[in-house]
Amino acid sequence: MDRRSFLKYIGGGIAATASAATLLTSCKPKAAGSDSAADSTPADSTADGEMTMRTNHNTGDRVSLLGYGMMRLPELPDDADEDPQTGLYDQEMINRQVDYALAHGVNYFDTSPAYCRGLSERCTGIALKRHPRKSYYIATKLSNFDPGTWSAKASKQMFENSLKELQTDYVDYLLMHGTGMGSNDAEGNSLNGWQTFEARYMDNGLLDWLVQQKESGRIRNLGFSYHGEVEVFDRLLQWHDEGRYHWDFVQIELNYLDWFYANEINPRNTDAAYLYDELCKRGIPAVIMEPLLGGRLASVSDDVAAQLKQRDPEASIASWAFRFAGTPENVLTVLSGMTYMEHLTENVKTYSPLRPVNEEEHTFLMHIAEEIFGLKTIPCNECQYCMPCPYGLNIPAIFVHYNRCIKEWLVKQSAQEPGYRHARRAFLIGYDRSVPRLRQASHCIGCNQCTPHCPQQIEIPRELHHIDDYVEKLKREGTTF
Amino acid sequence: MKQDNRKAADAPRHTPPLRRIRIALASVCFLLLTWLFLDFTGTAQPLAGWLAKIQFLPAVMALNLWVVAGLVVLTLIFGRIYCSVICPLGVLQDLLARLRPRGHKKVGRYSYSPEVRWLRYPVLVLFVIALVAGVGSFVALLAPYSSFGRIASNLFAPLYQWGNNGLAAIAEQQGSYAFYHVDVWMRSLPTFLIAAASLAVLAILAWVGGRTYCNTICPVGTVLSFLSRFSFLKIRFDADKCRNCSACSKSCKASCIDYKNHAVDYSRCVVCGNCLESCKFGALHYAPAFSSQTAGSPSAAKGISHPADAPTNTIEAPSGAVEGATPIPSGATPSPSRRAFLIGSGLAIGTAALAQTKKKVDGGLATIEDKAAPERQTPLTPPGSLSAKNMAQHCTGCQLCVAQCPNQVLRPSTGLLTLMQPTMSFEHGYCRPECTRCSEVCPAGAIRPIQKDEKSSIQIGHAVWVKKNCIPVTDGIDCGNCARHCPTGAIQMVPLDPDNELGAYVPAVNESRCIGCGACENLCPARPFSAIYVEGHEVHREV
Repeated sequence: MDRRSFLKYIGGGIAATASAATLLTSCKPKAAGSDSAADSTPADSTADGEMTMRTNHNTGDRVSLLGYGMMRLPELPDDADEDPQTGLYDQEMINRQVDYALAHGVNYFDTSPAYCRGLSERCTGIALKRHPRKSYYIATKLSNFDPGTWSAKASKQMFENSLKELQTDYVDYLLMHGTGMGSNDAEGNSLNGWQTFEARYMDNGLLDWLVQQKESGRIRNLGFSYHGEVEVFDRLLQWHDEGRYHWDFVQIELNYLDWFYANEINPRNTDAAYLYDELCKRGIPAVIMEPLLGGRLASVSDDVAAQLKQRDPEASIASWAFRFAGTPENVLTVLSGMTYMEHLTENVKTYSPLRPVNEEEHTFLMHIAEEIFGLKTIPCNECQYCMPCPYGLNIPAIFVHYNRCIKEWLVKQSAQEPGYRHARRAFLIGYDRSVPRLRQASHCIGCNQCTPHCPQQIEIPRELHHIDDYVEKLKREGTTF
Repeated sequence: MKQDNRKAADAPRHTPPLRRIRIALASVCFLLLTWLFLDFTGTAQPLAGWLAKIQFLPAVMALNLWVVAGLVVLTLIFGRIYCSVICPLGVLQDLLARLRPRGHKKVGRYSYSPEVRWLRYPVLVLFVIALVAGVGSFVALLAPYSSFGRIASNLFAPLYQWGNNGLAAIAEQQGSYAFYHVDVWMRSLPTFLIAAASLAVLAILAWVGGRTYCNTICPVGTVLSFLSRFSFLKIRFDADKCRNCSACSKSCKASCIDYKNHAVDYSRCVVCGNCLESCKFGALHYAPAFSSQTAGSPSAAKGISHPADAPTNTIEAPSGAVEGATPIPSGATPSPSRRAFLIGSGLAIGTAALAQTKKKVDGGLATIEDKAAPERQTPLTPPGSLSAKNMAQHCTGCQLCVAQCPNQVLRPSTGLLTLMQPTMSFEHGYCRPECTRCSEVCPAGAIRPIQKDEKSSIQIGHAVWVKKNCIPVTDGIDCGNCARHCPTGAIQMVPLDPDNELGAYVPAVNESRCIGCGACENLCPARPFSAIYVEGHEVHREV
């Protein structure tokens, strides 16, 4: 654990509510023509049961909060023959789903020359061509990841080809795709995020060319999507501040886990709270990707699922994630790669209209994030009211040890995480040192006699069983520490 | 003195530093093997585990033919070098002899004595009978490696563990995880006493007569002696050079050099090389049979000719004795433990209520009574041991599995026939699913190697519910700790009264799924007797 993340944890975990509130309100004046998250929705959505819309103040576009990500298009059944044009993809189904989306207010379609084996733009183009061009917005990207496409000619060709595949003469939103990611150049030298950005968009003059295309109306909004090294994000925003380039929108990863823990999930990522705040400060609309963190927030542990359902039994697990991603007012649209009609109908329902996540729910989701990430400390302050446990457990000592391990980043979710071996040894040996084996959580029978005594209302047996499960998981890894 | 040295140096044949090589090799083997018995972390096994597996008797028991053949060839070439290098008990005796109390002469205190045949061969015969009859206790008592294991795990290991615990206490103060505390407890009093007695007897024998144990009692030594008589390399006299000074006989811890007759009893010589160094006249050599300097060999050959015939008769011992031996203990054993059980179960009725201490004030810790072992009609043997029979037939009682068990489940049996062989009980821990340590270390084929995933399907016993101890029944408190921890999901909680779903829920064991790991028994809150315990299976099954 580096110090930064530790401090962040301390700050983040404790002041989750406070910072969330600050973030949501701090950029009020610069937000996209609405007052606050809570107020914006009724203003933006035409009527109850209709899709929440957001306004892009650069062009005045009214964009649906749900954006259709065309990167996971439905495929034909295994035994079906490939279509000469659209390959393995089920164009008929794509058309149906696009029709449904448009009929229910979804008007933002996000594709790329790289998606779906290079066929996403074509399939999207075919489906959209059947509708008036003004009824939807197309977002595509300059996905010149391969060093072979870094030349001005090849990159321009890629853009021209996108227009052709999409059967249109302009795109509404064009993104420099995946800025911040490093690469290997044609000679195999490894380039960092910034070097890669320069090689892809600056050295070949492409960004200036894209600006020209915008001036000539072939691109209506110019922006970038960002993954990886935060220096690239910061420098591009600095250019915006300096007036060197103007970003009409920026696409970032945002979900309730990434809000504070992006860096912990993947050391190369940056917390969404920071990214969003930077965009918000500048009034740059944010397009959100990965609202479900690659599906991880749709399939959570039983324990987490139970908590979410208990809070709102009728809402799907995924809907919490969509509501979270859609709540910040500076979010223009939330992209979801909806393969199946069921995904689409469910997400349309979640956003028709959006019920913004309120402050209390935000705190709740931050706790859920902590739990998913394994960072949930138990609010025990060792008052000893629960003691003596009739079965001999030392309840506070167990909680103290567990909390200490969490704070020292010794609780790991998987054996693949760095430092796992040390963390396991420290947790297990420390456990035996802090609590004699006969007084450990494995002996909690769940009689629940302790719970009424707890002034913090900790569900003691539930937490003890949770810790015991974790210990059991560690022990199963081997007979040695 | 100087003159003598020069004479030795002038000797025509260069004497190889046999003694020093032997000491070096023996030290390595002994230290590694001792570490194997002391280590509780599992680090020693990959490095030293093989040393247990090349021990003669375990290799025979495991039908490890390559090892047995290797040892036979080794002995046929070098003589009983096994007893000087590989056998930890042999090396231990050398160590004990060195540690002889002060005031006694350390060097040159031995003398030649004839072979004690009346003891040596009958012991071997009895040993073989015991082996065939499956009287493991007798086998474990005499087998040299087993004796060593018993001594190391009962007498040395506690010292090692206390030392470790001292370091662990320091580490804890320093916030380090380099060492961790282990519980030091006596697995079995009889085995401990036998170990202590074995060590005492060995020490006395070693102080008085060097390798008396190896050459009069040890059955492995006797078996190897049949081969060592014909070994290619032997200690040989050069009668021309010998001045009959007796230095060799005095230095011979096996008492096998008859300097007067220039004869060596090769059945007892453990090729330690001490005599070679003691001889100042270059009259002794460790040399092949065809060597020219074998003046003393005819008489030596005569010395061995008689006993060489003996073993062929003794090995095929009459099996009639077997039946006589077996039934002795069966009637006697259960009574004390049954009595304990009856007393215990009386207590248990009381303790179910005592299991929970009433909460009157805030803070403090409830006292926890120790668990007591239930009486199991069939003792439990660890997964991989196949059956009680397989265990009885192969186990040499070396205690390696007991010493290595990280969950403190294994302990030496106290049954007369299976004395010192491992059995399981769950008062201190249970047989955890990730652990296959005993099956990895067993050198004798008593516990066959198993994989972790295999283990979860080996049924060594099944759980039995004891209603009168069960807390939901006695105290009306919800529990289910057994069901929560069952690794195979063999326990579910069902209403005690089928018509009252709101009443007490008690465990229902699906015996066909239960593997007998003891998690339920160990984690049951009822004390001292658990409300659910594991009953062993004579033959293990697959579930």
